Amino acid sequence: MTGRPISEDDLQAYVDDALDESRRGEVVFYLRRHLEADLRVESYRMQRDILRAALAPVAEEPLPAEMDLARMMEAHRRASLAPWRRRAVALLIFSAGALAGWSLHVLVDPVPAGIAALAREAGENYDVYAPDLLQPVELGVAERTTLVEWISKRFSRPVTVPDLTTFGFDFMGGRLVATGHGPAVLFMYEDEAGTRLVMLSRPMRKDADAPLEQHSHGSIVGFAWADGGMGHSLVGHVPLDVMKSVAEEARRQLAKI
Amino acid sequence: MKDILLQIEPLIPGLRRYARALVRNRATADDLVQDCLERAVATWHRRRKDRDPRSWVFAILHNLAVNRLRQMQRQGHRRADAAGDDQLFAQRTQEDRLQQRDLLRALAELPEDQCSVVLLVGVEDFTYAETAEVLAVPIGTVISRLARGREKLRRLLEGDTTTPRVRLRRRPYLRRVK
Repeated sequence: MTGRPISEDDLQAYVDDALDESRRGEVVFYLRRHLEADLRVESYRMQRDILRAALAPVAEEPLPAEMDLARMMEAHRRASLAPWRRRAVALLIFSAGALAGWSLHVLVDPVPAGIAALAREAGENYDVYAPDLLQPVELGVAERTTLVEWISKRFSRPVTVPDLTTFGFDFMGGRLVATGHGPAVLFMYEDEAGTRLVMLSRPMRKDADAPLEQHSHGSIVGFAWADGGMGHSLVGHVPLDVMKSVAEEARRQLAKI
Repeated sequence: MKDILLQIEPLIPGLRRYARALVRNRATADDLVQDCLERAVATWHRRRKDRDPRSWVFAILHNLAVNRLRQMQRQGHRRADAAGDDQLFAQRTQEDRLQQRDLLRALAELPEDQCSVVLLVGVEDFTYAETAEVLAVPIGTVISRLARGREKLRRLLEGDTTTPRVRLRRRPYLRRVK
């Protein structure tokens, strides 16, 4: 007996058989003396067993033809030989999305200005491009130099791509996008589980310098800031503290230019 | 490329089960699994080699599912709306049917973050550490979501106004209390 008090975590771990032998003994001893906890634990165990039984048949269903992994691998091999085809499809999807977006444009509430506007634009662009499986970026990582030169020329100032690999996010590429405040560049990152981050940057007329500010767009978290006339907003669906560290790191790197 | 078949293919039934229980729509869930597999095929060589393929591929599916759920929510769908769809999950015997149906309905009432933990730990047999990896949250968060999710299910199923004593009489599975 360690004498450590029994916590809610112990009760959960007891339900999941995740306790070592001695701790398990302590929990059993505790449950004998605590009726309420004993009832709860018993209820959780039953819950779990019923849920397993209820869902088991799903895993026994025959797989549909679309889930043929070997065929998918073959399709992937062929698709990677013809990138122009994917681009054509993406363009169609993009055009449809752009039209839908434009018709909604008139309905949205008054456009905020400064950093708030930038943050909102970043969220909107995240919604459009981050879920895209076919062509999330226009210029990929292989065309990074072209992208950076193009955008730098467009903004008449040097633009750099922050390196976020220390957080597990690899640069995927980017594109030029339209906002209510002129052109902006969108850089996209992805970690190995497919979680994507978007950084939207553009020259700022209002709020040319602004401290790091947290904002949310639906359930997406983001941080926006501006230094020397360039505004940046980093958004994604990652835990807030992670996002904050990533934004601080991006800001640190961008401030060095 | 061969090992992707060996490692990922056996996971497909579990991926389907997780997706269907989470998004509550057969066609949407299968679409998500298909997207997930395509993405896994496309990024297999880029994944961190020390990462467990199972938690990696579930993380891909989870991210896709959460995005889709948000999209559905914006369009006004609620996960609980499909709760009465008996076609969604085939139950085996008449006897288990009611119990299982009630639980599946209650599950649809859980917020997505609690539901995913209940499913990953309770049904897919992920450890707390593996679940934390799938969801990209700390282990403590996994356990607290699990505790909240299970307690909410219990209250939904047993009703939260009943005192333990009342439940005692109603529930024949309690053995230690005589």
